Amino acid sequence: MMISMEHYLIVSSIMFFVGIYGFIARKNLLAVLISIELILNSVEINFSVFNRYLYPEHMEGLFFSLFGIAISAAETAVAIAIIINVYRLANNIDVRHIDKMKH
Amino acid sequence: MEGIANVIIFYLLAAAIIVSSVLAVTSRKIFRAATYLLLVLIGTAGLYLMLNYHFLAVVQLSVYAGGILILFIFAILLTSSKGDRTEPHDRRRGLSGALTALAGLGVTTWATLKHRFLYGGNPTVLGDHETDMKAVGQTLMGTDKYEYLLSFEALSILLLVCAIGGILIARKR
Repeated sequence: MMISMEHYLIVSSIMFFVGIYGFIARKNLLAVLISIELILNSVEINFSVFNRYLYPEHMEGLFFSLFGIAISAAETAVAIAIIINVYRLANNIDVRHIDKMKH
Repeated sequence: MEGIANVIIFYLLAAAIIVSSVLAVTSRKIFRAATYLLLVLIGTAGLYLMLNYHFLAVVQLSVYAGGILILFIFAILLTSSKGDRTEPHDRRRGLSGALTALAGLGVTTWATLKHRFLYGGNPTVLGDHETDMKAVGQTLMGTDKYEYLLSFEALSILLLVCAIGGILIARKR
């Protein structure tokens, strides 16, 4: 009995679409950012699963996952800086109240 | 015997990941959402260990669970106010999000289960074929084909730019 590739893919796609749901439904900017982290994380699982099961003699998926982790770290740092700045300007981080640039 | 243990561990990890990711996007308090995100990230590191990518699991733990989560917690502490935890439930938006997610999940699961992946009889999938750390280092630092020194350096510049940009954006004026 072995764990097939589809098991991992289904876990990661559930994680991906839970992230999509949170991205649409949540209104706190930090909760939206947490959903984005879920989406990125599931994509990295997919890269390494495809590498391990289909091309175990190569390492491309491993390095894509590594670079993806580093890029999402950079993205989170900038996004949190922007969120803190928005909080300073608008005094909350609810996406419904951040409409200063519309007027 | 070992195969059965692997399967049990996989299902435990999968259940933990799915439950905590659902709780991470549905829990009303943002601090709890960050804690559930930590559980998801640790479970993902466990999946990498099951795939025998030990280096990737350690990077996942140290960068995500050690770095990004701390950033999140500081941001939550800096931006939490009274309005955060009583975010009213928007029925229409939640419904449309749930419908989108369910439709996408259905399509993706159908496509995944329908497609036949060609990995049968691949001996390195089953055995304890750990990725060689020396090979990882040489691939990361090499300049040949399928080696990644240039992207590594580009990424280091990207991280530097992000650090400077973050300080510039978030500093007090």
